[in-house]
Amino acid sequence: MAYSEKVMDHFANPRNVGEIPDADGIGEVGNSKCGDIMRMYIKVEGNVITDCKFKTFGCGAAIATSSMATELIKGKTIDEALKLTNKAVMEALDGLPPVKVHCSVLAEQAIKAALSDYYTRLGVDPTPIVGVIKECDHDHGCGCDL
Amino acid sequence: MQIYADNAATTALSPKVLEAMTPYLTEVFGNPSSLYRIGAKAKDAVEAARAEIAELIGAKNANEIYFTSGGSEADNWAIKGVCKMLKLKGKNHIITTRFEHHAVLHVCEGLAKEGFEVTYLDVYENGIVKPEDVKSAIKDTTALVTVMYANNEIGTIQPIAEIGRICREAGVLFHTDAVQAMGNVPINVEEECIDLLSLTGHKFHGPKGCGALYVRRGVRIANLIDGGAQERSKRAGTENVAGIVGLAKALELAVSTMDERRERLTKMRNRLIDGLLNIEKSRLNGDRDSRLPGNVNMCFEGIEGESLLLKLDLAGVSASSGSACTSGSLDPSHVLLSLGLPHEIAHGSLRLSFSDDNTEEEIDYLLKVIPETVSYLRSFSPLWDKIKSE
Ligand SMILES: Cc1ncc(COP(=O)(O)O)c(C=O)c1O
Ligand code: FES
Ligand SMILES: [Zn+2]
Ligand SMILES: [Zn+2]
Repeated sequence: MAYSEKVMDHFANPRNVGEIPDADGIGEVGNSKCGDIMRMYIKVEGNVITDCKFKTFGCGAAIATSSMATELIKGKTIDEALKLTNKAVMEALDGLPPVKVHCSVLAEQAIKAALSDYYTRLGVDPTPIVGVIKECDHDHGCGCDL
Repeated sequence: MQIYADNAATTALSPKVLEAMTPYLTEVFGNPSSLYRIGAKAKDAVEAARAEIAELIGAKNANEIYFTSGGSEADNWAIKGVCKMLKLKGKNHIITTRFEHHAVLHVCEGLAKEGFEVTYLDVYENGIVKPEDVKSAIKDTTALVTVMYANNEIGTIQPIAEIGRICREAGVLFHTDAVQAMGNVPINVEEECIDLLSLTGHKFHGPKGCGALYVRRGVRIANLIDGGAQERSKRAGTENVAGIVGLAKALELAVSTMDERRERLTKMRNRLIDGLLNIEKSRLNGDRDSRLPGNVNMCFEGIEGESLLLKLDLAGVSASSGSACTSGSLDPSHVLLSLGLPHEIAHGSLRLSFSDDNTEEEIDYLLKVIPETVSYLRSFSPLWDKIKSE
C-alpha cells in the first residue's frame, strides 16, 4: 500500500490544523474504537465558509483527507460545501488505497456534521438540508459491537 | 539519520552469509539429485547445512531437519501434517494460543472447519501462557499442542520447556513456532521436549524464502507438498541450495554471537523502554523481563499507529505498528487485543525491534524523535483532548 505524493504532502504538512475558538459550527465523526476521529470547525459569514480548521486522530490518510477537505471548502458557499463528496477529496489527493476510502468518507461526513451543527445553532433543523450523518460505515469483522 | 528498527519483520542479509551462499548461486548450480560432481557438491552442501542446524538446535539426528520455504510453510506442515495422521486415530483437538502468528491461527481455523476442536489459551495481561492452562486443556482427543516460542509483536518468551514436559508426560505432540526466538535465545529441542519446531532464515540475517521444520524421529506427519523424492520423500521440490547454505551459516553466526548480543540489546532496549515510559499515558506491551532482547512494543494513548509510523519514516526511522490501519484491516492486532487492551489504545501501538546492527546512538535519536512525534500528533488529536479532560 503506497500513498500518492499529494497524500504524503498533506500528511507531512497538513493545512488548516487546529481549532477556531469562535466557530459557527463544529462537527465530529468517527470513533476511537475504529481508530479515527475527525473534528471540523467552520466559520460562516453570510453564505460563505470563511475559515475551516480540523483536528484528527487517525491514520495518514485520515489526516491527509481532513487537510484536503478543509482546503476544498474554504472560501466556498455552504451549497458548494454540501456538494463536496468523498470522491472529490480522493481525486484531489490523486487517489487513495482501497482500504483507505473510508477515511475520505469520514472527511465528507465531518464537513456535513459541522454544517449540521451550524444549522442547529441557528435553530434550523439540519436533517432536510444536510442529511443523516453516519457514525461508522464499515464492518469490523472482529465481533466488536460497533 | 536512517534507523532500521524492524528486525522482527525481517533482517538484513549478513555479508558473511551472502559470501557463503554465492558459490551456490554461481558455479555450484547443480541439482542435488544429480549424480555428476556439481550435483554431488550441491548435495554435500545441503547435508552439511542439515547437520549444522541439527546440532545448533540440539537435535539428535540430522535427519530430523526438513528444509522448507520458510516459517509459514513449516507451521502449515507441522500442524496439518500431524493432525491429518492423528485424525485417523480419533484425535481431533488442538490446543494453541490467542496470539499465535497467522501462519498458525489460520491453519487452526481451517482445521476447525474440518471438524477439529480448537482451544485458544489465554495469554493474560503480560503475554505469557500459563503451563497449567496447557495441562488442564489436554484431553484424550488432543492431537497437538502448538505454542509459539516468542511472540512476533510483543516479544514475550513462553515457558516452552515446562509446556514441553507437560505434553511429553501426557503423551501429546508439541509444536513450537520458534521463528522469532531462533538465534536470539538458547533453544534445545531435546531438553525442552519439543517434537516439532518451525524456523526461518530471514529473521536472523539469513535469506528470505528458506526455513526448516524439525520433526522428532518417530513423529508421524503427512506430507504437505508431494512430488519428487527430495527430503527423504517428505517434502518435494528441488532444494533451494544457496538458501539452505545461507540458513545454516546465518544460524551458526547468530548462535555463536548470541550471549554478547543478548546482553547488549537487553541494555539498549531497557534504556529505550524507560525513556519512552516517561511519555504521558504510555505503556509497555508484554512482560518486561521474559522478552526478546531486541523487542520494544509500546502504546501511546490518543494517537494512531500508522500516522506515527509515517511520521517516523519521514524522520528516517523504519518501525512497525499493530494498528489496524497498517494491516489493511479495520481492527488492531489480535496480539494486542489478546492482552486485553481496548481497541482505542491498541490503535496507538509502536513496535521497534533491534539486531546486531543497531547502536546506542540510534537509541539516543529514537529517544528524541519518538516523544517529539507523539506530542506533535497529540497536538491535533481530538481523542487526546478527551483523554486530557477526563
Ligand atoms: C512468529 C512467526 N511465525 C511465522 C512467520 C512466517 O515466516 P515466513 O515469513 O518465513 O513465512 C513469522 C514471520 O513473518 C513469524 O514472526
Ligand atoms: S484511520 Fe485507519 S484507515 Fe483511516
Ligand atoms: Zn468504524
Ligand atoms: Zn473492532
